[in-house]
Amino acid sequence: MSTTSSSAILNVEHVGMKFGGLTAIADLHFDVHEGEILSLIGPNGAGKTTAFNIMTGFLKPTQGRVLFRGRDLSQTRPNEIARLGLARTFQRTSVFADDSVRDNVLIGLHRFGDDTRATALLDRLFPTPAARRAENAVRERAEAIIDMVGLSARAGDKAGSLSYGEQRLVGFALALAVEPKMLLLDEPVSGMNASETQGFVRLIRKVRDEGVTILLVEHDMPMVMEVSDRIVCLNYGRLIAEGPPEAIRTDPKVIEAYLGKSAAKLEQREVAHA
Amino acid sequence: MTRFIAPLFLVVFALLPLGLTDPYLLNALIITGILTICAMSLNLLLGFTGQLSLGHVAFFGIGAYVSALTALGFDVSLPFGLRVTHEGGSPLLGFVLAIVLTGLCGYLIGRLSFRVRGAYFVIVTISFAEVVRLVALNWVELTQGPLALTAIPNMVLPVPSIGDVALRSKMQNYYLVLAVGVASYLLIARLVASRFGRAMRGLKENESLALSLGINATRTLTVAATVSAAMAGAAGSLYAHYIRIIDPDVFLFSYTVTMVIMVVSGGKGTLAGPLVGGIIFGLLPVALRPVMAPEAQWIVYGAILIAILFLMPRGIVPALEGLGERIAARRKAGDKPTDAMPAKMGANP
Repeated sequence: MSTTSSSAILNVEHVGMKFGGLTAIADLHFDVHEGEILSLIGPNGAGKTTAFNIMTGFLKPTQGRVLFRGRDLSQTRPNEIARLGLARTFQRTSVFADDSVRDNVLIGLHRFGDDTRATALLDRLFPTPAARRAENAVRERAEAIIDMVGLSARAGDKAGSLSYGEQRLVGFALALAVEPKMLLLDEPVSGMNASETQGFVRLIRKVRDEGVTILLVEHDMPMVMEVSDRIVCLNYGRLIAEGPPEAIRTDPKVIEAYLGKSAAKLEQREVAHA
Repeated sequence: MTRFIAPLFLVVFALLPLGLTDPYLLNALIITGILTICAMSLNLLLGFTGQLSLGHVAFFGIGAYVSALTALGFDVSLPFGLRVTHEGGSPLLGFVLAIVLTGLCGYLIGRLSFRVRGAYFVIVTISFAEVVRLVALNWVELTQGPLALTAIPNMVLPVPSIGDVALRSKMQNYYLVLAVGVASYLLIARLVASRFGRAMRGLKENESLALSLGINATRTLTVAATVSAAMAGAAGSLYAHYIRIIDPDVFLFSYTVTMVIMVVSGGKGTLAGPLVGGIIFGLLPVALRPVMAPEAQWIVYGAILIAILFLMPRGIVPALEGLGERIAARRKAGDKPTDAMPAKMGANP
């Protein structure tokens, strides 16, 4: 178990979640360090999405707590958590389907350059020069984000008409629009083909290099192994392994969780022989 | 092509009274204008946030009573020996107070009911309208109850170098309604195009996604409810000072239904929709009256409504937009039959 280091941006402290009699998460405890790409893996039903929903305030844990940059999120609503700089994408495609890609990102940028001056309200109601400048700045930022995710050619198209993989990119662009310090990505490459996935890996790295910490939930193991600095593995709502990709790859508990006990023994024997 | 609807309407209705002297028609236009302002305000909630307020007439009626009572004055005794007397004042002050107080009502209703969304919001708004109607009916000392508030003065506007001008003629009231209507339209247009409007659209389309982007649902919806209520209150004030007599019937549910019909038939969530719906369903009774018996009029009214919603389920304005897009796509395809064509066809089911 990792200790609470000073560079931790997110602390998940003994979080548990019960839905009636069903224990989705028994006792989850790990930290995410600032600037890393951490992946949360585990078989279906291991509690990964539940953990995500707890971290972003969509669910309240039945035990434990989550700290983001030292702040307890137990009493914080999802929209407030987003404002603190913790953004997420959704497992199922989630875009504003009836709006163009550009308008999607503009909705995401609703707080961009937010000011609380009393005149800000007037700017909203009258086309003052300040209002026009602010609007231009928002639109420029939107184009920059769309360009970054590589959707410039589709900016004017309705988000709902895009391919599945492209819609995931729109969801990612929306999360970027919040200007997060940390991004939670729920199965971002499901529905993408191999080349789209490669493009997305480059994109994640680029975003991380700009100082955004990334927590990833993903089933695409080659992608996870390639992109992660560290991996946390869940099974039956418990953390069963934690470490760098090469350690996780050979961890018997992880292999057992994914492939069953006999396969794990087989694997171990092979490792021993090698 | 639909963005020309509002300017076109403005020109037509600004010039119309020049060739129109029939007081009956002018009266119908004024009442239609007032109801259209209500429809625009309802559209801000129903069309742009997706929340149905079935008690919208409450804000209209409160605006009418507040404005009338401010102008007429009142003398009421309250519990604990309190007594409130008001001498009566300027109708213009009444107009401002109507906006402020209905805005406040909208804020409170919004705070209370947006915690419970959807059907619960509908029920809260209906109940609110009914409670307010019963208060107006039974608080005789303040409202005269069913005896009605009478002899409400006309709206007074201060004109530089002339002094206060009372708007007595129908023509003056017509242009006052038109001016308030234009102001309301521009206010909504600005709001919808602003970042606030984007937050509203996000919430309406996909609430969990909007929340994950940091959009504050309660605050956004409350602001929309406040502005919407204040606008309906302004319309109520115009009504009181034009008709000059109001009774608790200003809270009738049928007015709300008329507003909803105007918004839904014209196209909710579009700026021009309530204008188109408002003019059609405001003037339809006037147009039908000379040609058929009263009982037939309402049958035809209903038949036209059903026909519009059957042929154009999303309303007239979105249907026109769709038509415009299809014509543009066809013209484009005719110019250069390239690969752009199948994509467009796929996008237009």
